[in-house]
Amino acid sequence: MSAFFDFAVIGGGLVGAALARGLAREGLRVCVLDEGDVAYRASRGNFALVWLQSKGINMPAYANWTRRSVDLWPAYAAELQNETGIDVSLQQEGGFHLALSDAEMERLVTIASRVNGQPGVDPYPYCVLDGEEVRRRLPGAGPDVVGGTYSPLDGHLNALRLYRAMHKALLVAGVEYRPGSRVARIDHANGFSLSIEGGGKIRAKRIALAAGLDNVRLAPMVGLCAPVRPQRGNILVTEKVAPFLRIPVQTVRQTDEGSVMIGDSQEEAGLSEGINHGIMGVMAGRAVRMFPAIANLNIVRMWACLRVLSPDGFPIYDQSLTHPGAFVATCHSGVTLAAVHAAVLAPHMARGRLPEEAGSFSAGRLHVSKTA
Amino acid sequence: MFRRLPDARSGLVSLTIDGAACVGRRGDSVAALLLETGHAACRKSAVSGEPRGPYCMMGVCFECLVEIDGVANRQACLVQIAEGMKVTTGTGRREVTP
Repeated sequence: MSAFFDFAVIGGGLVGAALARGLAREGLRVCVLDEGDVAYRASRGNFALVWLQSKGINMPAYANWTRRSVDLWPAYAAELQNETGIDVSLQQEGGFHLALSDAEMERLVTIASRVNGQPGVDPYPYCVLDGEEVRRRLPGAGPDVVGGTYSPLDGHLNALRLYRAMHKALLVAGVEYRPGSRVARIDHANGFSLSIEGGGKIRAKRIALAAGLDNVRLAPMVGLCAPVRPQRGNILVTEKVAPFLRIPVQTVRQTDEGSVMIGDSQEEAGLSEGINHGIMGVMAGRAVRMFPAIANLNIVRMWACLRVLSPDGFPIYDQSLTHPGAFVATCHSGVTLAAVHAAVLAPHMARGRLPEEAGSFSAGRLHVSKTA
Repeated sequence: MFRRLPDARSGLVSLTIDGAACVGRRGDSVAALLLETGHAACRKSAVSGEPRGPYCMMGVCFECLVEIDGVANRQACLVQIAEGMKVTTGTGRREVTP
């Protein structure tokens, strides 16, 4: 006899783990089927920002959804600490985007005013700073910094500890976590039957696809559509040094333990997780122009990881019409959105319906017919 | 705590550890010599300030960081000793001064 659950979550990354814990808190019996560490796993490669600034151009719902998550984060971090004893070092004291040329500065200003000028957007507080003001607020910023934008709502955390805390929270909540369980097939009759590659079956009343890039393969099995693609990001990490940069910059941040992380490259490279030295050189060069004193630090790690990106860059949340009880959730800001996934999305899924404000995120928006 | 195995290698190399003259064998890593000469704790953790020392001896744990010839936080297990080298232990968290 196969195990029977109220909900099976496919994918044990940041999205799946946030949903599974939220579902279990609604009193459901939940199972997480995780491919394991062989998966592409954007959750282990991210830059750890909890970020609002600049997000949501052409999608007011995304700006508001992100705002909601950012607002929910302090309570979420406190709950995780309470349940697991792990402090994810959430720090929401603001964040900067920095410009190294007048053109970049103009772009930053345009983005901020475009996001906040949209009807229906709850504007985020921000200010536009010249180079001198940036250097006053960020000791260590170099002479090449032309200016920047600052929002007091941005922040960051310790991503490795977050991932560990989220998985420990699954255990604490009584979620059954099954690693090494790639779903080969999904059948629908009296609930869902999930066939695990290499043998084994799980049955569940409802399912949530939170499998990142693998949602492309899984979604059509239950009448859903998740046309996501990989976008490669490179990250450089320095040796640990004494604190000098408390407030994160979108591309350069110092972790609570002292490492400097340099990130945010965007590269179309298919499923290759190889690093790109050329791009890393550019990233390091820009970081050094922002903070000249880091020039002689040792780089101790570098990696590339694959973002999970939809065609318009926004999340996809959907529920199947043909296979009632099947949901899909995918996004590229798994850290920022973890709080709203756990506190809002999961409880609605537990009741069998996506929240109304998630309506804008249906994959249906991507099906606009192309003009001939 | 650590004793050198009988070894056919004969060449001697002179260097200093924290200013004190010291002799090792050609081919030794800085970390091996640190252990042989009783410098088991060769740095302080950048996070907690706790004493740390060579552990994996193969470049993955980053516990054996010392200053070598003026360059801070080098992995002692990945650097071979050289004539006249200056090794400095005991450094803690590196400062980034703007």
